[in-house]
Amino acid sequence: MTTEIGSETEVKKESEQLEANTAQEGTEEATESQIQPDLDNPVSEKVQSSPSSQAPVSQSSPTSHKKEKEPSEGKGISRFIPPWLKKQKSYTVAGPKDEAKKREQTSTGEECATEVGEHPLPEAAAESKGNLEEATQNQQEVKADDQEEKHSVSSAETQPAKEDSKDIEVEKVSEEKEEKEEKGEEGEKRETKEVQTTDLKMEKVSQKTPKKIKTLPCKVMLLDGTEYSYDLEKRAKGQVLFDKVCEQLNLLEKDYFGLVLQENSEQKSWLDPAKEIKRQIRNLPWLFTFNVKFYPPDPSQLTEDITRYFLCLQLRQDIASGHLPCSFVTHSLLGSYTLQAELGDYDPEEHNNDYISEFQFAPNQTKEMEEKVVELHKTHRGLTPAQADSQFLENAKRLSMYGVDLHHAKDSEGVDIMLGVCANGLLIYKDRLRINRFAWPKILKISYKRSNFYIKVRPTEQEQFESTIGFKLPNHRAAKRLWKVCVEHHTFYRLVSPEQPLKATFLTLGSKFRYSGRTQAQTRQASSLIDRPAPYFERTSSKRISRSLDGAPVGITKSDQSLLKDFAVTVGPAGDKIYDSEIGGHGKLKDGDGRDEDGSLTKTPQLELTQDGKSSHETLNVVEEKKQAEVGIEETIVTEEINRGKIQADADAGQTRKMGRLSKKDSSSLSSDSSSSESEDEDVGEYQPHHRVTEDTIKEEQEENEDVKGKEENAAKGVQCVETVQGSQVEVTVEHSQVSAEVLVPEKAVPTKISGEKNLMKEAQQNLREEKDEEQLKINGDVSHVDIDVAPQIICCSEPPVVKTEMVTISDATKRTEISTKEVPIVQTETKTITYESPQFDGSAGGDAGVLLSAQTITSESVSTTTTTHITKTVKGGVSETRIEKRIVITGDADIDHDQALAQAIKEAKEQHPDMSVTRVVVHKETELAEEDE
Amino acid sequence: MAGVSSFGKYTHAIVRQVPSSFGGAAGEGDSPSESVDLAKAHRQYGVYVGILRQKLGLQVIELPADEDLPCSALVGDVAVIQGDTGLLTRPWAPARRNEISSIKKVLEELKLRVVEVTDEGATLDGSDVLFTGREFFVGISKWTNHRGAEMVADTFRDFAVSTVPVSGDSHLRSFCSMAGPDTVIIGSSDVAKKAMKTMEQLTDHHYDTLTVPDDPAANCVYVRLGLKGSVLLHRGAEEYPGSLLPFQKLPDYTLIPAACTEVAKFGGTLGSCSLLVNKKLDL
Repeated sequence: MTTEIGSETEVKKESEQLEANTAQEGTEEATESQIQPDLDNPVSEKVQSSPSSQAPVSQSSPTSHKKEKEPSEGKGISRFIPPWLKKQKSYTVAGPKDEAKKREQTSTGEECATEVGEHPLPEAAAESKGNLEEATQNQQEVKADDQEEKHSVSSAETQPAKEDSKDIEVEKVSEEKEEKEEKGEEGEKRETKEVQTTDLKMEKVSQKTPKKIKTLPCKVMLLDGTEYSYDLEKRAKGQVLFDKVCEQLNLLEKDYFGLVLQENSEQKSWLDPAKEIKRQIRNLPWLFTFNVKFYPPDPSQLTEDITRYFLCLQLRQDIASGHLPCSFVTHSLLGSYTLQAELGDYDPEEHNNDYISEFQFAPNQTKEMEEKVVELHKTHRGLTPAQADSQFLENAKRLSMYGVDLHHAKDSEGVDIMLGVCANGLLIYKDRLRINRFAWPKILKISYKRSNFYIKVRPTEQEQFESTIGFKLPNHRAAKRLWKVCVEHHTFYRLVSPEQPLKATFLTLGSKFRYSGRTQAQTRQASSLIDRPAPYFERTSSKRISRSLDGAPVGITKSDQSLLKDFAVTVGPAGDKIYDSEIGGHGKLKDGDGRDEDGSLTKTPQLELTQDGKSSHETLNVVEEKKQAEVGIEETIVTEEINRGKIQADADAGQTRKMGRLSKKDSSSLSSDSSSSESEDEDVGEYQPHHRVTEDTIKEEQEENEDVKGKEENAAKGVQCVETVQGSQVEVTVEHSQVSAEVLVPEKAVPTKISGEKNLMKEAQQNLREEKDEEQLKINGDVSHVDIDVAPQIICCSEPPVVKTEMVTISDATKRTEISTKEVPIVQTETKTITYESPQFDGSAGGDAGVLLSAQTITSESVSTTTTTHITKTVKGGVSETRIEKRIVITGDADIDHDQALAQAIKEAKEQHPDMSVTRVVVHKETELAEEDE
Repeated sequence: MAGVSSFGKYTHAIVRQVPSSFGGAAGEGDSPSESVDLAKAHRQYGVYVGILRQKLGLQVIELPADEDLPCSALVGDVAVIQGDTGLLTRPWAPARRNEISSIKKVLEELKLRVVEVTDEGATLDGSDVLFTGREFFVGISKWTNHRGAEMVADTFRDFAVSTVPVSGDSHLRSFCSMAGPDTVIIGSSDVAKKAMKTMEQLTDHHYDTLTVPDDPAANCVYVRLGLKGSVLLHRGAEEYPGSLLPFQKLPDYTLIPAACTEVAKFGGTLGSCSLLVNKKLDL
């Protein structure tokens, strides 16, 4: 299946707005269908973008690039080319029929690009505000008089361009365009003063004429002390390098790992996989160390020994360097397991007295300790290396500082403390003593502003109001680094799937950074499906990881010098290339994965609404914070008023739960994004952890009282929401749980689903969603007084619906804080859903009354299919039964051969699971009726 | 890491006879309202040691009384022992620091790794240190300061060491103790409740709590015999009638009442009358 519905619709959409012409569309379609096999993302991505006024859009796209790459699907580089890039390309191919059109395309594209990068120059921060203000003003104006197309242009302008100033080329752009870009460039300055206006155009041009690809050498220090070098595209994103390293290491469970920038020795800075490397590392040569980023709380749950081996190597480094403090006994014990793993059984002849002193087990290793190590080594006779590693980890994981990432800070009274970020939350230390602890469920918001780091804490039983606790970090970079680490840890350990990165809401200055990789839940599910013979790997002796006391990369010795030399030679200006799109491809995949999963997890309305209920409950807080934030930013005075208006709306909406929820959604999908883009220099960043949990996580966490309480509360709210909003959905849900294989072939996947994470609930949920959309539409209207031409009509899910759908996102709302009350683009779609269902399955499913042990969902995507796998474990009469349900969604446009696609999908599924039976086939058709946009 | 699995398992107990001078000098600072019945104190001590030896099967190392050290029977204040390591404390009352040397000798004989508090600014009473099997809580009290707590953290590096503010004249363990690897016995006073709240906030682990009406009754001695025999040494019903009921709710526990009314007049508890050592560490 090669048809790429996503881009198709996207194009359509855009062209609609621009008075599309069919020829062009056709061309693009053709181009894309070949280039771009992975499908669903673009859809949602595009879809995401288009509805809420082009501009804000792009924010979401970079994230969607983060999708997980499926190793099997390699079909050449082209698949990695992000849609925006392709789009541009195809437009170019089609020929510039309409200047304006083209411009819009490009600007949108640029926007995408800009967001991806980080802006590495902190000095420019102050300046940026001024620019931003201007930019936002500018945007406002534009918004005021022309909401549709120009809006997007203007916002694109405000996006700082990422191009290197080196890459300047001749501009072939109209005067008008140039002028606009001037404005945009002001925003740009904030990231780097060197950036030229021309860069923007440059990108456009460069896309027309792909250049030779420039590469830079890059070295990565591995955990066993060896180093690998790669030649990387100059504009490669972190993910590319990381994937290469993992490939080199033969590592599949790679989500626990990351690359550390070598720039900063005293504190780890992680390479963001979603961003271009050159945006993150200032100095050449590019040097990285491969490290464990998220320490698995229970290493025995890792699937592969090789993963445990790398974790062991990391811990040995941590211990030898003193970063992971241990007692004497533990040092000795861990050392003895290291010996067992690396040398095998103790052999009195081979292992003379000195063999041990070549190893380092502790920062201060004594003779006594070495004797103890030998003594213990003798007792491990018979343990295989893998068993010895496991024992090592079983002991290491119990260390109190295992997996704690420490950051220097001062408390409000200026006392030196350490902030430790770990799987469970944030720990506060004063001289090794734990003086406070904030579990993730207790934290409502994490933010930073300049060099201050704040956490907002849920009120305890006695207190009425939540409190905000501030810490002073050594500098602004440290504050941001800590904030990012917190965001990542929270997401990784607590969430089911990553959040969408923030679209910059109107006037938001903060960082939009979000963790884009897989969460622990996802990676566990993924690795549970790993099916390969245990890979052979050689355990290199930790002797070579020798005696570095500072924990700096070790074992480089001989290569180090030459490495630096290499770099000196090869560094040079690089030309343009499209290569970075490769990472875009990865990214997209990953992201879609996440969203998909989310979607499927929220299959039952209860679950989804649970979250919504919760978010609505937090609405007012959020608003309040927003105001505070504004006060701090002098430059935004002009626009503040508008903001307030929005807040007002939001607050009003929050008065009833239902309204609150909906307006929240509203806000998340419709908030108009503006100029701010992420940069290293951002002065502020906010993150509101919300706690989504899978069924199995719920179980897991039930020890935590508060957690459970919270959930119950949420669940209650969720149910209420169900009642109020969508009482008729139960049927659908039930149906769902019975489905074991489901193939959906929508014709023209019209972008009814937009940015939200929930979008990926997919066509199977179409009915449900549409109803929700309708509902939302209505309430939207109420709340925000938007003129909506289409009268909402509620569709009963049992009838083949003809839906006029407004493009509203059903997205998790906690992360967004504003609503935009204007610009609700509307698309009418006609939807037909035909369901074929094999009846006998009902019975079997119905009889399945067992005790649910766990339920997992995992999603993978390829070409135009999205496969959602549900694994449920139940206990029935003492027999545990694992049941795998696969839902395959095929998305394509009219040209697609449904039957063939369907047959193919079923065949593939059958190959994987021969016992599988197809229980339901849904053909879902959507046709666009008209576009309603003012 | 001889952690949770061996929690409550001991092989040796170190005790010290009650000197006649006990009660004469107000070693612990707070002046007892009632005078000490020395004979009763000796009697209670005898019963206590008998329980350790006969009912718990411990090898009891009994140090002779030292008339110069009136409070020396409270050996639990001068050392913190976990696994193979013994930390000799630095009691707040300077007079009590002389008690350390004889305990040190015993710990060395037992081949423990002995650590001493060298920091002159540190004060640390063993009764302020609660080891739960997974982590340490150190009461920051009148008796123990932050630097003293740091010594605990420096000594027992495998474990999280959290500080718990304790107001008034209490030690942390004046109103709490462990009744098993996951259960904290806690008194009902405001100080106790507040401390418990702090501990719950600070821990990554979830502990069940067993609340008893009287603070002193919350200090018990938990010992595990064999694989599943849990023994709880607790203050008798005649002393604290209301506190017996909560203990009886513990499933499959052997409850052994023991009295320490006399040493309690100087801040002594069941726990502080002995130092328990496990020499059979399952590493």
